[in-house]
Amino acid sequence: MNGLLVACLLTPMMTAILAFLWPGGRVIKGAVSVCGTVLLSVFAALLLRQVWTDGPVSAQMGGWEAPMGITLVADHLSAMLVMVTAIVGLAVSFFALTDIDEARAKGGFDTFFQILLTGIVGAFLTGDLFNLYVWFEVMLISSFALIVLGGDKVQLDGAVKYVAINLVSTVLLLTAIGLVYGMAGTLNMADLNGSLAELPDQSLVTVVSVLFLIAFGIKAAVFPLYFWLPASYHTLPISIAAVFAALMTKVGVYALIRTFTLIFTPESDMIATVVLVVALLTMLTGILGAISHTNIRRILSYHVIGSIGFMLLGLGLGSPLAMAASIFYMMQGILVKALLFMIVGVIEKRGNSSELSELGGLYRSHPGFSILYLLAALALIGIPPLSGFWAKLMVLEAGIEHQAWWVIALVLLASLLTFIPLMRIWFEAFWKAAPRSDDAPVKEPELSNAASGSAARSESMQLAPVVALSAVLLLIGLAPASLISLTDQAAAGVLNVDAYLQVVLGSGAAPIEEMKP
Amino acid sequence: MNSIIFRTVSRLLMGLMLLFSLFLLWRGHNEPGGGFIGGLVAAAGLVVYGLADGPKSMRLILRADPGAIALTGLLIAVIAGLMPVVGGSDFLTGLWLFIGATPTDKGLALGTPLLFDIGVYLAVVGGVVGMVIAIEESL
Repeated sequence: MNGLLVACLLTPMMTAILAFLWPGGRVIKGAVSVCGTVLLSVFAALLLRQVWTDGPVSAQMGGWEAPMGITLVADHLSAMLVMVTAIVGLAVSFFALTDIDEARAKGGFDTFFQILLTGIVGAFLTGDLFNLYVWFEVMLISSFALIVLGGDKVQLDGAVKYVAINLVSTVLLLTAIGLVYGMAGTLNMADLNGSLAELPDQSLVTVVSVLFLIAFGIKAAVFPLYFWLPASYHTLPISIAAVFAALMTKVGVYALIRTFTLIFTPESDMIATVVLVVALLTMLTGILGAISHTNIRRILSYHVIGSIGFMLLGLGLGSPLAMAASIFYMMQGILVKALLFMIVGVIEKRGNSSELSELGGLYRSHPGFSILYLLAALALIGIPPLSGFWAKLMVLEAGIEHQAWWVIALVLLASLLTFIPLMRIWFEAFWKAAPRSDDAPVKEPELSNAASGSAARSESMQLAPVVALSAVLLLIGLAPASLISLTDQAAAGVLNVDAYLQVVLGSGAAPIEEMKP
Repeated sequence: MNSIIFRTVSRLLMGLMLLFSLFLLWRGHNEPGGGFIGGLVAAAGLVVYGLADGPKSMRLILRADPGAIALTGLLIAVIAGLMPVVGGSDFLTGLWLFIGATPTDKGLALGTPLLFDIGVYLAVVGGVVGMVIAIEESL
């Protein structure tokens, strides 16, 4: 049964086509987009259930057998990431209904958003290196379009930085893939497993692995290659920023995990050490960057970078426990980031600003919404019993298991520092009195009845996805057992690739070996 | 660009390039060529015309919104991929129809890969021309 893999890929693609070709305004196109993501969530849930009960599944495109054709494959990690992508896609497409204006919708927001989802899902599901590159390109092109949509001047400034650095990463990735193909004669990731280690010229293999590290490192925004992220995220409409912050960098993390467990088996500890150091530096610089800024969007952008560090620790430490911790962190991190960015969107609308000095008094005017922010922020910091607590607990356990005391010390330091910027947002935007009460808040009563009615409706429509994501996070925090067992299986599947190889190459893995040049 | 020589030549060039792009599209299955490169050549032909006559006349000869062309192409490609699924094969498996086949000759071979390539062709033409028109109009 491989139809689910294709269905997960085709659903957003068909939704993109429908959203463009269907005549109608913002509401119709938005509704098509929401329906598409609902369908994607259903397929993703079915896929996850199947992988959970029966182990990894694969599908061969065009009936060409594994190393020859392109394989789609879902193991626990892929299926979980597709599921969480679908959830974020659903929340954001719903949020975008009221956040994205008519002009941007006319420019094709929903189409490009769905193509972006296609690229993300494709990158998670593909079992072929070149195909992975293609999905990165699909993501990149649609994200360029999303960034420049609307075309404000600030937006173009951010877009140029984003495009330039991502093109560099793309060129490096393509070069590395070309070299791999030249050396091994195959690009099927399962087929590549172990075949690079047998080559006589190991120095070239090391060079290629570093190329992959840099290329995916730029996509994942790790230290010192993260500078493009805060430069471009603060200019975007909030729906786009939410999906970028939640998902785009994690595709880079996923690609790093996949290549450095499946293709480059860490024979030498060199790469693992590099990844560990990079992860810790990313963690610290991200948090310090967040402390040093006063714009909410920039603070959260730096938080995105900081959390990437936590997600790479598992790859650096390399044990099942550490990997499970990273995967757990990734799952809840994606949801928290999407949630926080949507909350920022609401803050900006209420306060007409994202600068902390110009905000204030939100707790007094919107207490329920403030509680939701507090919940998300505490989940990110890792206060028990919220989801981030379990993630950090698992990271610390892994550190203790490795007796890597300096890792533990730095993780604890970073967690402590995470507290500062998030609580500053709380005190400045929510707790303190509104700066000048003669400004925006007073205007509200002046609205006519019809206008205030539609404003209230759009407000409640924006709150719906925020509340829903908060509920999911709370559920993860209160009952983490099933997610932890799933991440344990995912980590085991990532580190012990036998099941993955079996499902891609079939039981006839040995004869295929002989066909290689 | 207001040059009568360029404008005259651009029409001839566009016609030739469009014909050549169809040739590339047709031979693509067994020889170098295909929907992607064919689409790029066709788009280059249209862009030459657009450089000479301006984006407005480029829209006029396309008769449809470039974005709609691109996404219709994507739709055709997806349909070509799904056709074998209806028959119970894997996604994207090639289905062939041999017209006038004899024991020694396969005759005229029409298949879903050709349909897929036509979809790619339209997607590339629509995508590239759409981008160029957007840039030219904002200049």
